[in-house]
Amino acid sequence: MTVTSAPAPARLRPADLAGLASVGLRTRKLRAALSALGIAIGVAAIVAVLGLASSSQAGLLAEIARLGTNLLTVTNGTNLTGQPAELPDAAPGMVGQLPGVTAVQYTGTVATPVYRSPLIPPINTDGLSVQAASLGLPAVAGTSVAQGSYLNLATAGEPVAVLGHEAAQLMGIDRIWPGMRIWVGGQWFYVVGILNPAALAPQIDTSVLVGFPAAERYLGFDGHPSELYVRAVNTQAATTRVDNLLAAQANPEFPDEVSVSQPSQALTAQADAAGAFDTLFLGLGAVALLVGAVGVANIMIISVLERRQEIGLRRALGATRGQIRAQFLAEAILLALAGGAAGDVAGAAATVSYAHAKGWAIVIPPEAWAGGLGAALLIGAVAGLLPAIRAARLSPTEALWSL
Amino acid sequence: MTKEYQGSPPVRALDEVSVAVTAGELVAVIGPSGSGKSTLLHLMGTLDRPSGGTVRVTGLDVAQMSDRQVSALRADRIGFVFQQFFLAEHQTVLANVADGLLYAGAARAGRRRLAAAALDRVGLAHKAAARPTQLSGGERQRVAIARAIVGSPPVVLADEPTGNLDSATGASILELLEELNQQGTTIIVITHDHAVAARMRRRIEMLDGRIIADTAPATSAYAAGPARKGRS
Repeated sequence: MTVTSAPAPARLRPADLAGLASVGLRTRKLRAALSALGIAIGVAAIVAVLGLASSSQAGLLAEIARLGTNLLTVTNGTNLTGQPAELPDAAPGMVGQLPGVTAVQYTGTVATPVYRSPLIPPINTDGLSVQAASLGLPAVAGTSVAQGSYLNLATAGEPVAVLGHEAAQLMGIDRIWPGMRIWVGGQWFYVVGILNPAALAPQIDTSVLVGFPAAERYLGFDGHPSELYVRAVNTQAATTRVDNLLAAQANPEFPDEVSVSQPSQALTAQADAAGAFDTLFLGLGAVALLVGAVGVANIMIISVLERRQEIGLRRALGATRGQIRAQFLAEAILLALAGGAAGDVAGAAATVSYAHAKGWAIVIPPEAWAGGLGAALLIGAVAGLLPAIRAARLSPTEALWSL
Repeated sequence: MTKEYQGSPPVRALDEVSVAVTAGELVAVIGPSGSGKSTLLHLMGTLDRPSGGTVRVTGLDVAQMSDRQVSALRADRIGFVFQQFFLAEHQTVLANVADGLLYAGAARAGRRRLAAAALDRVGLAHKAAARPTQLSGGERQRVAIARAIVGSPPVVLADEPTGNLDSATGASILELLEELNQQGTTIIVITHDHAVAARMRRRIEMLDGRIIADTAPATSAYAAGPARKGRS
């Protein structure tokens, strides 16, 4: 062989570096698993918090979409003197003529108490109210009949009542049987049905509904509607247009005495709140990540001490300092990434099982799992840097001949 | 060349030692512990740098090379055999031998092919799939020798290669080294065992950091062959 110039070090191939990086993980599996656990817990917490927040938001939004955002309610406000105003008798009919309105139903508050039986002390009203209701109310207000039947033309004129969901619970009624009756305004009314919860019109939940003719005949009701339930054509533009015209149409004489609201807006705000993640749990996740980082750094320092001979041998085989550094840095990153991946899986599993139990759509935002992996990568790089530098600084003779 | 280790007082492990080894030689460096023979191996193997003097390996002056270049020099041109073998227990014999080429830039398939050939040369082709823990001491040292020669380096340095072996096994390892030497590899064996040294054509005896005896190298080779190996 002739005298040649100094050889240049060969680059370590990526596949070889990956193989080297996994040596520690393959040979010390339990230790690797334990040291990656902290990062796994941290990432799992973060993914689960973000996933559950998004899933619950998706659940609420789906619920809103199902109920419809085109429901508007018109209630009697107060007049100039602060007394409760009244809607005109003709209000439902006038609102129904408004272009863009597809359905109008209404209730009128009957100022009379209601009890399970005459034996209940008068003070125990349970906050229930009696409402005269029109015959198509459940569908328009976003509810339906859970048991029995709703009022119809025949029963609307008789002493017959339908209970809102909560009203039935408060009275201790969970099923309907023939002859069941409640004490309304000093006389028996027969219960014919119970409604499902009305998410968009919670005031119906605590109401006992009777027909308008019956309320006028038996309970001294004056027949004025107090709340209108209006469905508009199901587009945002049509709903807004109807919303703007509704007050003047319902009470042309005193439009200021009418208040109009869109119940789905309250639910949308609730969904926004649900989408805001829980800062406390995110903080706990961050702390777990920090502890995990310390764990990885610790285990890498021990690993470098234990593997001095391996380092010395590799130097003797021709590894440069940079290649030793790369090996241990890559090992720390791989360890942290393994923890991050495990955490992603655990967090996703938690989200899936909880969302499934709640009937929500499963939403795991990409920022959550990608962020978890990214954080793990960063942690591995930071935690592995010092041990890797220490490994690379070992002199080959010290490393090989120190026993 | 000279090597001093820092400390109080500083230890002068090598005291102006001058050695030249030419291509194709089979050399024993012999001496009791503390004689400086291991330090000489470190310097010749470029694992350490001298405090004074020059080390040339295959004509290259180590002092003028960066750490990266010296690493490449080791990957390319020097094979090491250690007393404790230093085999990775989680890998097969073949993978251990192939690791000898890891830092020389060869692709995995090529490394494994050359490793199989090297295992064949040391007579362990049939143990390629075994783990080092399943082998006897002599077999392990053969694997380590295969790892040292897998890249066909011009120089192989062996540090007490028979130190952990019984005499019969040790003899077979020495036979293997002699065989490799006959195939053209320069081999330098560090030992404290006179019986081992007695088998070598050239013996360098050391004591207290100095060379006290050196059976002269074959003059013809010394004059004709290009200088391969350390001179201070």
